[in-house]
Amino acid sequence: MKAFATLLDRLSYEPRRNEKLRHIVRYLREAPDPDRGYALAALCGALDIPAVKPAMLRALVAERVDPVLFGLSYDFVGDLSETIALIWPAQFTGSNNAPLHLAEVISTLLSASRREGPQLIARWLDDLDETGRWALLKLVTGALRVGVSALLARQALAEFSGHPVEEIEEVWHGVEPPYTDLLAWLEGRGPRPDPSAALTFRSPMLAHPIEDEDFETLQPADFHAEWKWDGIRIQAATRRNGLARDVRLFSRSGDDITTSFPDLIEALPENAVIDGELVVARDALIATFSDLQQRLNRKVVSAAMLRDSPVALMAYDLLQVEGEDLRPLPLPQRLARLEALVAAKAHPRLMLSPAVPFESWEALAEKRAQSAENAAIEGVMLKRLDSPYLAGRPKGFWYKWKRDPMIADCVMMYAQRGHGKRSSYYSDFTFGVWEGEKLVPVGKAYFGFTDEELKGLDRFVRQNTINRFGPVREVVHEPQSGLVLEIAFEGLQESTRHRSGLAMRFPRIHRIRTDKKPAEADRIETLRSLLRSG
Amino acid sequence: MRPSDLLHPRPEGLYCPPGDFYVDPLRPVPRALITHGHSDHARPGHGAVMASRETLAIMALRLGEGFCETRQEAIIGEWVTINGVEVAFFPAGHVLGSCQIALRWKGLTIVVSGDYKREPDATAAPFEVVTCDVFVTEATFGLPVFRHPDPAKEVGKLLASLQENPHRAHLVGAYSLGKAQRLIRHLREAGYDRPVYLHGALERVTAYYEETGIALGPLARAAGLPRGSLAGEILLCPPSALADIWSRRFAEPLTVAASGWMRVRARARQRGVELPLVISDHADWDGLRQTILETGAGEIWVTHGQEDALVHWCLGQGLAAQPLHLVGFGEEAAEDAA
Repeated sequence: MKAFATLLDRLSYEPRRNEKLRHIVRYLREAPDPDRGYALAALCGALDIPAVKPAMLRALVAERVDPVLFGLSYDFVGDLSETIALIWPAQFTGSNNAPLHLAEVISTLLSASRREGPQLIARWLDDLDETGRWALLKLVTGALRVGVSALLARQALAEFSGHPVEEIEEVWHGVEPPYTDLLAWLEGRGPRPDPSAALTFRSPMLAHPIEDEDFETLQPADFHAEWKWDGIRIQAATRRNGLARDVRLFSRSGDDITTSFPDLIEALPENAVIDGELVVARDALIATFSDLQQRLNRKVVSAAMLRDSPVALMAYDLLQVEGEDLRPLPLPQRLARLEALVAAKAHPRLMLSPAVPFESWEALAEKRAQSAENAAIEGVMLKRLDSPYLAGRPKGFWYKWKRDPMIADCVMMYAQRGHGKRSSYYSDFTFGVWEGEKLVPVGKAYFGFTDEELKGLDRFVRQNTINRFGPVREVVHEPQSGLVLEIAFEGLQESTRHRSGLAMRFPRIHRIRTDKKPAEADRIETLRSLLRSG
Repeated sequence: MRPSDLLHPRPEGLYCPPGDFYVDPLRPVPRALITHGHSDHARPGHGAVMASRETLAIMALRLGEGFCETRQEAIIGEWVTINGVEVAFFPAGHVLGSCQIALRWKGLTIVVSGDYKREPDATAAPFEVVTCDVFVTEATFGLPVFRHPDPAKEVGKLLASLQENPHRAHLVGAYSLGKAQRLIRHLREAGYDRPVYLHGALERVTAYYEETGIALGPLARAAGLPRGSLAGEILLCPPSALADIWSRRFAEPLTVAASGWMRVRARARQRGVELPLVISDHADWDGLRQTILETGAGEIWVTHGQEDALVHWCLGQGLAAQPLHLVGFGEEAAEDAA
């Protein structure tokens, strides 16, 4: 446990990717099996320990610390595990417990009931120092937040073993924690794990944002255009083997999200790997991202959710079919194969993302602007006709061209502390516009500013608080005193959530207008006119 | 008589009506009593200023000789009368010259702590408990998550990192008044005898510490060194300089910060700190509670920091307590000095 705690501690303070890799590689070289495999699983987010849940940890700490003080501390620290690790009353138990092993923690917890889980955790917390407590809680809750993605962890495996990361990716989804077979293979002590036992993830091809000057050099005739859907990018892989059928849905980063979307399974053709956008679709109507959000990160999907927010796949590329790797083929050939596959399946939850025909960049710009009518469309994608399917973000092949955002001057009204990276600063802001003589809230924003600007915003909140409602502070918002925020947003919808009856999409702080008085901020009528035009 | 007759907040700062003076005022006032030299407490432009000899000297160093019209040195522990209010200064243990200020009037005693700590510190006279009716306390670290570890252990981490990373210059962000000098002393106590390099902004105050008889061992200037130097050496600089392009000129700089805030990971990460050292010149949660109880005060006023939690705890102890909501305090502390 100590080696793992040291590793997590170092990773949490190390900003540089290469140094993070070095720390992980060193740990993999020094730690024994099966500890290191479990550590790897923790870094990849592949551990799920049912006997421990955050609510249970809160209950544990509530037995030992004044709940008000705990609440204020959590509000400041912004991370549950860290707050508990810091606030846990240190006690010398006088025990001579042997040092805790990572594998022992995990195997003990995996066989523990929900009643035993808390008792085990409490005993270990009493025996560990602060860093150890923090690492234990991070491990068992699965929310590490040390800036290591599953991809980076696999890159560390590549560096550790000298095998290219692509080779590791090919077998990754066929192996399970604590990965002793994988590590044995990587160290040349065992056979290659058989990836055919499971469907594997292929690194997706990503797009660059297009720049104005790109249009001067790029030729419209060289490109295929399609809508940029506001869903989540997924890779759907299927295999039929006699009676057995295996289906995997992977997120863009390779996480297996199959269990969240049972309603998509039957729509997928056999023995294919499709790249596309997961969207909520009611009949043929594609819903907005906020509808899809309800469906994300759920392990259990209710019947009501399946009925009210059914998902569909908007397919736009085909990587493999019947064992044939299509990735080296040019885009039009892959699209032709995809179209045939979608047509043959003829399932309403499987759609082909339609091509957007255009003659000139001006004509495409016009279509992109018109697409604002459809809230499920973020803009257009441009893909070179001669592009093979390349892993990563290769230059010069795929571009994304999002719509221009709308802008409004609003006044900060309330603020709340953020979590994670922004914890302990006031970083969630509710802002409003004028309706008659009064300000009405129209939205909330918690990004768009730099760390430096955040400090200024935080200071403004602390020095201009006029009211406190629990964690929420009301800040001064009078015509002549207050803070004007220029808010950029991607669209406007009618909503009952705010008193103004309007809701912004993706609102973010575009600029902090210290040069303006709140009296100069926009009026609700201006926003309503955008609603009509947009 | 109510305690607020003797002391209450005004926009200019904490004001004593019978004595007609302010304690650590935020704006220029005719008469000010100053607890210590940090810039959120010691500001320029007052008429008469009363403070410890060291605080007066530090103010002159940092604000210029003309920082006020007239100066009066407070003799530690000696009661003097200002317009009928008895006043005395007692050590606060925060930085060199830092004091608490006690006010006595018609049988009522109020102690304004300024900033303080209870841990031993070879560069500041130790905190003295003064029995009082009302204790005005800071609360920079007024949450139970803040427990400062033994500074020797923290300094040990820095020395271990030097061993492990001999190719990297260790840039330690430490506030120029107090933290920097205390850190050097801790390094010397740990047996570190190499020169400690100083950013220009630290030179004058550090020289003043040495003038008062605080031995800091070999010191050297960082200014004028060639690019890529100071591998395996310690360089102290103001925290704000860590993010400067200036810091990139040294050998693979390793970012270290010495502050009580370093106890919270997100705070360290927000500032790009690779090696956080939890060393603070403020009382931690235990120190605040211990001090409040030891003063015997029945009423606690909390000036700045995490006042909500400390007020809540005081109320639970049966003590009257309220936050003072003084704007402007803790700005320097929050960024640098803590």
